[in-house]
Amino acid sequence: MKPRFGVLALFLGAAGLLLTVGAAPSLAQIDINIHTVTGPMESHLGDVTGHSEPGKAYYRRYCIGCHGPSGDGNGENALWFDPTLGYLKPRDFTMATFKCRSTPTGTLPTDQDLSNAISRGFVTTNMPRWEALTEQQRADLVAFIKTFSAKWATLRAGAPINIPPEPAANMDSILRGRQMFQKMQCWKCHGPEGHGDGPSAPTLTDNKDNPIRPYNFASGSRFKCGETNQDLYKIFMTGLDGTPMPSFADVIQPNDAWDLVHFLRTLQPLDTPEAKAWKEWIGSHGKELKPIGAEEAPGGGQ
Amino acid sequence: MFERDMVGSKAVKSASLPGVLAVLAALAGALLASAPPVSALPGGHVKVRAIPAFARKYGLPCSACHTAWPELNNFGQVFRDNGYQLMNDRDSPIWQNPTYFPITIRITPNWHLENTTNQPVDSVPGDATSPTVSKTLQMNGFDLSGMDFWNTGTLFKNISFSILPSSNAAAQFHFENAFVRFDNMVHTSWLNFRFGRFELDNLISEKRFLFLSANGGLYQNYHFAPRGDTNNFGVGDNQLGVELAGHSANSYTRYSVAVLSSNEGTENLGSGSAPIPTIPAVNAGRTYDVFAAFSQAFSAGSQGYERFGAYAYVGERPTFALTAGGVPITGEGRGNKPFYRAGFAGDLFFLNSKLEFLPYYMHGYDNVYLGIAAPSNVPLATACPPTVTCRGPQWNGGFLETHYYYSPQLVFIGRYELIRMDQQAFSTNPGNQSNIDAYSIGYRWYPIMFSRAGLAFHNEFSITKSIGITPLSLDGVAPLAANGKVWSSSLFIGFDFAF
Repeated sequence: MKPRFGVLALFLGAAGLLLTVGAAPSLAQIDINIHTVTGPMESHLGDVTGHSEPGKAYYRRYCIGCHGPSGDGNGENALWFDPTLGYLKPRDFTMATFKCRSTPTGTLPTDQDLSNAISRGFVTTNMPRWEALTEQQRADLVAFIKTFSAKWATLRAGAPINIPPEPAANMDSILRGRQMFQKMQCWKCHGPEGHGDGPSAPTLTDNKDNPIRPYNFASGSRFKCGETNQDLYKIFMTGLDGTPMPSFADVIQPNDAWDLVHFLRTLQPLDTPEAKAWKEWIGSHGKELKPIGAEEAPGGGQ
Repeated sequence: MFERDMVGSKAVKSASLPGVLAVLAALAGALLASAPPVSALPGGHVKVRAIPAFARKYGLPCSACHTAWPELNNFGQVFRDNGYQLMNDRDSPIWQNPTYFPITIRITPNWHLENTTNQPVDSVPGDATSPTVSKTLQMNGFDLSGMDFWNTGTLFKNISFSILPSSNAAAQFHFENAFVRFDNMVHTSWLNFRFGRFELDNLISEKRFLFLSANGGLYQNYHFAPRGDTNNFGVGDNQLGVELAGHSANSYTRYSVAVLSSNEGTENLGSGSAPIPTIPAVNAGRTYDVFAAFSQAFSAGSQGYERFGAYAYVGERPTFALTAGGVPITGEGRGNKPFYRAGFAGDLFFLNSKLEFLPYYMHGYDNVYLGIAAPSNVPLATACPPTVTCRGPQWNGGFLETHYYYSPQLVFIGRYELIRMDQQAFSTNPGNQSNIDAYSIGYRWYPIMFSRAGLAFHNEFSITKSIGITPLSLDGVAPLAANGKVWSSSLFIGFDFAF
């Protein structure tokens, strides 16, 4: 046999192998079936309209490993995210419940909320920042994510809450915020120092009964849902749906919420104006403060 | 010099160019025939470098960071630019399970055929006195690629590292790269400092491209030198030095400036082992070269994103060395003369990022002493032959590479590359001497795509026409005639896997 015919035979043999392997169920991963429950969906980010069909391809490329072919958060890697070690399970899109929203608790988020979450990622989790994607790609992904739950076909997204202008972050506001932290019993979960180690912390679970840890304000500069004072305000007022963090929109006034924002900023290891004012004040007034935590009942210690 | 750790290449049997064309036709036919049926598809040198260790660390599928591994997509580029960090405050190894170790192994068992025309051969085998004739030489058989044994990751938050012992097929190792990088200095992504041996910040990386064969597994432009030129520089070769680099948060804007020893990445100041064991150490220039690159990407809506960039490398190479007893002392190069490479490149996506074009252009210049291989302590009038004008050689080159991503698990690839001499070192050289044309087509199919390991079935055919020079694939040698054409082709079929 002349060499070139041998080459041809080998090459065609390889091609045949490719076909064979392609049909083998044991290596059929290439035939991933993505299960959606709605028809094609759209999203709208400003002037950009997202479409679920190209979004499906992006979902398969970037998201399927964690969120799974059914969007239920049971991708191949979900097994390795151990909530007891602080690693949250991937979001279950079939429930259409999202933490980071600009909309009231119990409502669907806006398309922009979902896009922001994709761009921002979730600090301390395996959900990275996808800001490397184009806005169109994110819009397409948002549209596709909506195909996993029938809620998106029947319900409208909530209206974004109003965020009033932020008042001055002075010591009075910070001290009032500290009182709110005590009064609203934030410390029970987040701990007296905001380290996420309050007495209730070990008992907390999310809406899928997975253990969940309260945010540790000393852990870094970013929150799950952003990093600005406005983001923090929004977290109080919308709550983090699917987690034990409730909405306080019906419980506290906007000014109280801003006070709380200013106090919480002093708990972070950041060089914020609030932290600077706090450090100066606490140096001379520290002994005037009552510790945060359970107040002794009359006749306490019995 | 360039790494060529994929295949060996000594010809053993004659064949004809039509035979090669027949193989090309067969490949093209097989490309069509072997594409999996649509119904079965969803929704339808060896250089490195995909890193399943990162996929394992972060639980992301290969396709998250790679258009088709090992080529990076923009998300992978951001990850790399951030110092192998997702920036989720969990990048430091302190957050990893203690049993995690950042190791990746990659190798490609393969069958390949090498065919080279116009090779000087003794007319009587074994008889060096017999007339030399030109023949087409061919070899084929089963083979191994080199192996990469890559360790890379973070030492701490914002301190990353890479150690890449890489071997040829005979398990002779060298350090392809080894560096430490201080990332996001002073809390900005615009300042990152790298120290060690590393790949130049080429917009189109040869270390992470999709071609594997002897002729296709390198960019000709990245390793080209005209016939007789002593400059050993290749913009595709890893160099020793420091690099300051920066990028925007989404890496749409990127820059880098590197200062590098003028010794082509040779350890021990040029007197130690060369980057590739089979290539002798080079004379160190005892000076420093500079490489700078800048690129900017733009979002193009549903097309994807489009990146454009420019680069320049300015350096020197010695033209002679100090000697002892007439023998050059390695590492004591002298008489440095300048050269430069400069150009631009792009990375363009269309059709919802399914179709990718990679255009590249380079202009090259070497000083006349490098071009005519003469020591610069000899006057040019003496070094240059009588009646001949000697000049610094200059050339233009480029390529257009295209990828079609049918899905994250199937990519079709093709490339056309050319180099055209603009000015020969000797005025008597044929005008087309050292010109190159190179063509490659193929496909890679990834039967599995998850976050633990990678496997690709790789088919490629590449053919190169070079005039008067040794093919850069090292398949064969220069032809007898100064303007003799050498067609060198490779057919490559292999299983490329990484864990």
